[in-house]
Amino acid sequence: MATFKDFRNAVKPNWCPGCGDFSVQAAIQRAAANVGYEPHELAVISGIGCSGRISGYINSYGFHGIHGRALPIAQGLKMANKDLKVIASGGDGDGFAIGMGHTIHAIRRNIDITYIVMDNQIYGLTKGQTSPRSAAGFVTKSTPGGAIEPSLKPLEVALTSGATFVAQGFSTDIKELTALIEAGLNHKGFSFINVFSPCVTYNKVNTYDWFKENLTKLSDVEGYDHTDRSLAMQTVMEKEGLVTGIIYHNQETTSYQEKVTGYSELPLTDIDISLSEEQFDQLVKEFM
Amino acid sequence: MLHQLSWKVGGQQGEGIESTGEIFATAMNRLGYHLYGYRHFSSRIKGGHTNNKITVRPTQVRSIADDLDILVAFDQETIDVNYKELTASSIILADARFEPASPEGCTAPLFAVPFTEIATELGTSLMKNMVAIGATAALLNLEETVFQSVVEEIFGRKGEEVVAKNIEAIQKGREAIAEQIGDRVGEWALAPADGQRRLFMIGNDAIALGAIAAGSRFMAAYPITPASEIMEYMIKKLPLVGGAVIQTEDEIAAATMAIGANYGGVRSFTASAGPGLSLMVEAIGLSGMTEQPLVIIDTQRGGPSTGLPTKQEQSDLMAMLYGTHGEIPKVVIAPSTMEEAFFDTIQAFNIAEQLQLPVILMTDLQLSLGKQTVAPFDYSKIEIKRGKIVEALEDEESKDYFKRYENTEDGISPRILPGTKGGIHHVTGVEHDETGKPSEATGNRRTQMDKRMRKLNYLQFDTPIYVNAPHEEADVLLVGFNSTRGAIEEVQETLNAEGIKTNHAHVRLLFPFPAEEMAKLADKAKKIIVVENNSTGQLANIMKMNIGVHAKTTNVLKYDGTPFLPRELTNLVKEKI
Repeated sequence: MATFKDFRNAVKPNWCPGCGDFSVQAAIQRAAANVGYEPHELAVISGIGCSGRISGYINSYGFHGIHGRALPIAQGLKMANKDLKVIASGGDGDGFAIGMGHTIHAIRRNIDITYIVMDNQIYGLTKGQTSPRSAAGFVTKSTPGGAIEPSLKPLEVALTSGATFVAQGFSTDIKELTALIEAGLNHKGFSFINVFSPCVTYNKVNTYDWFKENLTKLSDVEGYDHTDRSLAMQTVMEKEGLVTGIIYHNQETTSYQEKVTGYSELPLTDIDISLSEEQFDQLVKEFM
Repeated sequence: MLHQLSWKVGGQQGEGIESTGEIFATAMNRLGYHLYGYRHFSSRIKGGHTNNKITVRPTQVRSIADDLDILVAFDQETIDVNYKELTASSIILADARFEPASPEGCTAPLFAVPFTEIATELGTSLMKNMVAIGATAALLNLEETVFQSVVEEIFGRKGEEVVAKNIEAIQKGREAIAEQIGDRVGEWALAPADGQRRLFMIGNDAIALGAIAAGSRFMAAYPITPASEIMEYMIKKLPLVGGAVIQTEDEIAAATMAIGANYGGVRSFTASAGPGLSLMVEAIGLSGMTEQPLVIIDTQRGGPSTGLPTKQEQSDLMAMLYGTHGEIPKVVIAPSTMEEAFFDTIQAFNIAEQLQLPVILMTDLQLSLGKQTVAPFDYSKIEIKRGKIVEALEDEESKDYFKRYENTEDGISPRILPGTKGGIHHVTGVEHDETGKPSEATGNRRTQMDKRMRKLNYLQFDTPIYVNAPHEEADVLLVGFNSTRGAIEEVQETLNAEGIKTNHAHVRLLFPFPAEEMAKLADKAKKIIVVENNSTGQLANIMKMNIGVHAKTTNVLKYDGTPFLPRELTNLVKEKI
């Protein structure tokens, strides 16, 4: 059986020292080992940005695509080979700005993959512009007078888009984050995990200390029930999204693949793709 | 006795014009006639003039006729819009309900037949189409048994009574026109056909069927005119072979999802038209850079922007050839017949996997939607070639990354599919080394860029140019691509009969351009006339870029949204000679 060390490779990440993404990388490696994957059974598909580099830092199949499109690539891959374990990942710009359309539709489509967003509320790789996750008033190079637009609320968006698994973690708490990713990987459907992963270089507001002060663990909230969607919505709104834990989990869900008429029991990669003459004639006859 | 019949039915969109044409054409196909159809329609659901023009011949036909022999009109607008195509030997069959009037200058006789009234008496005005078909049958001297099987197929599930009523409607239509024209019944009879069974399909059907035959088992697409039929066919048929289609949120998702599935090892594709292709351009670059196979169908329509969404044009050429930022290897194919559309789709999937790059198969609206007859495709010619896929590795325990981008002689690296033990490697749109790890080193950049581009030297393409060059020394070489094939063939025939030595080259492989072969054809001609449905002469410019033929090359261009008609094109070509 593979251990988390088997998911490590020799590539040194180009993230800044202290970046929250290191812990997300470690949590993914641990979770993958804990749920019993072998490295070659896992594919990590990522977008563009600092966090998008993560697919190159895990010893698994990895695809670093184009900005905002990790999710469609990941969904296509899963449709091709449903035996493969697929994680899509990227930053808040990737998933909530340029790729927001895909995020909402991937959530409601419910293909069995796990999406991990490293949310640092800023554009890092382009050196410090506002993100859709930046709070109103946040001063950046592109918002010198403070951000005018309100921050996008990914948990609320996910819940209203028909999500079947929503969780949020904080990169410092690797133990909780690992457990959340494990739960996401075990979920039979689309799992969405937003992770607060501070940018130590460009975000001087949403720092490690700031999150420690402001985050509430849902496990500490009396009576919280993550199978209750209305309660999830209410709690997320009350706490302004600053919670960690499993926010909502619908264990009764059926994934997209299980609903597709005629979809092969075997992975599509394993089926014989040639048509018999009889099959071909059957198709051709309709045009006569 | 006619050797060609040109028949048109017109009315308002949504009142069954298309199905009238469909029933008539299907019956003619069953008799063994060759058919070529043209649909005039607009971007709306109900209302607006629409017509369906069908050319019928006992011999091969690949273009729309200039004139009309029979015009079936369900409203006055149909007569007003189309009468210019009529001659003194044509006939108009119009529904008496709207009190049809013959426009000034119209030489064709007009007969008002109570289509709607007869249909209503039989139970429903919807059957007016069948009454019109009956009237047509009388003019052509066809037995109504010809229509029996077609009517049974279409209405069979609605019960025997509905079938009987429709047959009766045909009979009544026949009687109604016979009463009016007497001896002229049968005057439009066609020379007999060979009775051979042929396929009757649109280009989009041929492409979709080709995709299934090629082994494609996943498609991701977004609806758009004139490409949607491809997705709709796949949605109907892929479940029969275990595959699936996802209708995506946009064309960006469609192209990138198809890339993901190809990366997984399943032959996958998408189909769209201009606006969708514009959105896919970044993904095409990703496919080229990461060497993931990708097949995209571009059914060209009128551009730019939303342009003429339901009209004919060939103006995506430059965009498809050069639309990506940076430089990637890419193959662009342009079939011009149903048979080419079917086999080129299979070729597209083979090339995409063998060379590990994006392949764009271009059609135009007339090729995609014009319904025509074609001899059944030869099953034994279907070949699936998957290229350098490594099934399993000898050393499964290796900790080294697999050299997915190994610098091989032909530039094509071994490909391993995710899930294979020992095959872990990285894929990225960032410049990378042989294992896929990002690298900006100057030497590596040159090596990898050369490796990718070199693959095109190993492209094997069956018949890059369709050539009909009877003359060693020609006065004119006519050049075109996609659906202009039939019209050019007719022009060539006419000009040769008039003593103007005319050769014809139809480009089937647009990129990489078959320069050597085209140069030989160009050398044999005094003049090159490039026939295109666009306003800037894109194919002529491609010719000039690839072979030095500037001085003797000229254009015939049409960009009003309609295809070239043979006589019209003959006159335009003559002006240039």
